[in-house]
Amino acid sequence: MPEITLIDGIREAMDEELARDPRVFITGEDVGVRGGVFRATQGLFEKYGAARIIDSPLAELSIVAIGIGAALADLRPVCEIQFADFIHPAFNQIVNEAAKMHYRSDGQWRVPLTIRAPYGGGVGGGLYHSQSVEAFFAHVPGLKVVIPSTPYDAKGLLKSAIRDQNPVLFFEAKKGYRSIKGEVPAGDYTVPIGPAAVRREGGDLTVYAYGIMAHYCMQAAELVSQQNGIECTVVDLRTLLPVDRETIVQTFKRTGKALIVHEDTLTMGYGAEVAAVIGEDAFEYMDAPIRRYGGADVPAVPFSHPLQEAFMPNPEKIADAIREVAAY
Amino acid sequence: MTSLVATETTAAPSASLSPDTLRDMYWSMLIARRVDERAWALHRQGKIAFHISGMGHEGTQVGAAFAINRGVDYVHPYYRDLALVLAIGVTPRDFMVSLFGKQGEYSSGGRQMPSHFGLKRLNIVSGSSPVATQVPQAAGLAFAIKYRWENKLSDPADATQPRLALTCLGEGSTSQGEWHEGMNWAGVHKLPFICLVQNNEYAISVPMDQQMAVHDVADRAPAYGVRGIMVDGNDILAVYDAMHDAAQRAYRGDGATLVEAKTYRVVPHSSDDDDRSYRSREEVESWKRKDPIHHFQEVLTERGILDQAQMDVYEARARQTIDEAQRFAESAPYPPESELFGKVYAEPES
Repeated sequence: MPEITLIDGIREAMDEELARDPRVFITGEDVGVRGGVFRATQGLFEKYGAARIIDSPLAELSIVAIGIGAALADLRPVCEIQFADFIHPAFNQIVNEAAKMHYRSDGQWRVPLTIRAPYGGGVGGGLYHSQSVEAFFAHVPGLKVVIPSTPYDAKGLLKSAIRDQNPVLFFEAKKGYRSIKGEVPAGDYTVPIGPAAVRREGGDLTVYAYGIMAHYCMQAAELVSQQNGIECTVVDLRTLLPVDRETIVQTFKRTGKALIVHEDTLTMGYGAEVAAVIGEDAFEYMDAPIRRYGGADVPAVPFSHPLQEAFMPNPEKIADAIREVAAY
Repeated sequence: MTSLVATETTAAPSASLSPDTLRDMYWSMLIARRVDERAWALHRQGKIAFHISGMGHEGTQVGAAFAINRGVDYVHPYYRDLALVLAIGVTPRDFMVSLFGKQGEYSSGGRQMPSHFGLKRLNIVSGSSPVATQVPQAAGLAFAIKYRWENKLSDPADATQPRLALTCLGEGSTSQGEWHEGMNWAGVHKLPFICLVQNNEYAISVPMDQQMAVHDVADRAPAYGVRGIMVDGNDILAVYDAMHDAAQRAYRGDGATLVEAKTYRVVPHSSDDDDRSYRSREEVESWKRKDPIHHFQEVLTERGILDQAQMDVYEARARQTIDEAQRFAESAPYPPESELFGKVYAEPES
């Protein structure tokens, strides 16, 4: 099986879906001849032409709204927001419109829309090219929120997103676009939206993460295994909404201790939901306080390198948090 | 006020409307007005919680409806479009059930406030309450039409398929960025798109000169590469002609049109509004004298297409239809609580 990068997996998914379904099209800023600022759509303009790979005006709200309208007309738009930080002007269209359309029309109108956006820091992007925005949208019934961590999942989940009948937000760890590699079969397969994946099994505690943090947690788990003999289960959540309560609860019950990690700022982050699920459904299995470890509670990731690194969770910091929880 | 489209020349498309069609147009205006009046009465009686009215806009809306392929072309309306959606095929009974929020409500299953129109079967898209959100979505619908033409997924000559997207809003809503972004796409991509601005001079209480520094919304159209037309919104045939022109342009693939219909809301913004605080009674009365239904009545009577006996028949039919609709809605059950949880997500495509 060929080994490819995260962004290759994303591109393959779009390429194959474009070939499979003439209703699929791509729009966003610089997605055409430029192939996207991260090259996610590289080669697609040459292959599918200007009628299907459409450079949008520089206006994110309209990228999403055009996608909604086209989805209402039964096309399958894949909208790229160049950086997740720029999605906020489209918040109204996503939250008030796309998320509510099926409910507010009693199921008459549906919005089969995929919105892709690179998220996350650690690449010198400063306040406005580093944000994690998943918690805003994971709060909204009617949306689905997906964050893949491997090329295999990226390809399979993006195909599922494009084929889904609902609006799906698909956030991609830009820091991992080229650094994350993995085996991906050529040709068609899907990974279902919903189920989390257990990446590693260990009896001492369960670590929950998604996106690039799932990799950092795996690295941290190896560190504490070698250095301290602590064995972690690592759960890659993959889909944030709908919530895979069952996997969260079952994996917790086997260890009785939990660490939840995300790069997004800590307070009101996705970790709070995971902690609440454990508290509600597995209270009697709890052997230690649930610990959350996230990005610093500051407005966004600073540009200056030491400040950026102080913000970012990394395997060493996560390993420290694991040791604390394990020692309780 | 300038009407760029003449109604009395032989070239006007409205000149070829048959007497039956003209009477249909009259009926559409009348039934919308009477339904609207009943809603106000029901609110005063304490039977319904809320009404938002389109009274005074009937000429604009019915003129527009008759100029497109009703029930086939996409329509993304706003909350004042009662006459528009009734002319397309929503029924007084549908609307009455909305007012009462009863089970099986046609647009949303009783989830939405009344006048948030939507009916998939007639390609009327469900709308929300924040204004102008529908404009870039309607551009997206128009984009999809053009996409299907360009990718050979549909035939531009096939009138059984949508060939344009029409969206409506008030002049105040053109202050929104969403309006700008939608108009910009419509211009850049030369979309089969019509934006019908129903300029009634007020956004609730705020007059037009505090919304924009230009006198006419239509003046903004050229900046988007979109054709702008201004028309007397209380003259149904003038609106029909302007809209017909815009629709034919869209069907031909010649691009988008902004139609600004100058009209007036002769009642408060909604049942929660008191318009005495922001406009004089004299002003309102002066517009009531320009009532679009009365105006059309005069035109049709003069042409010998309508007489008093026929009007009496229409009035009786309207009363009977609305009485029946009200009885149906009042006696219908409320939705069961279980419907709270339904239709959050769409099921997979079969």
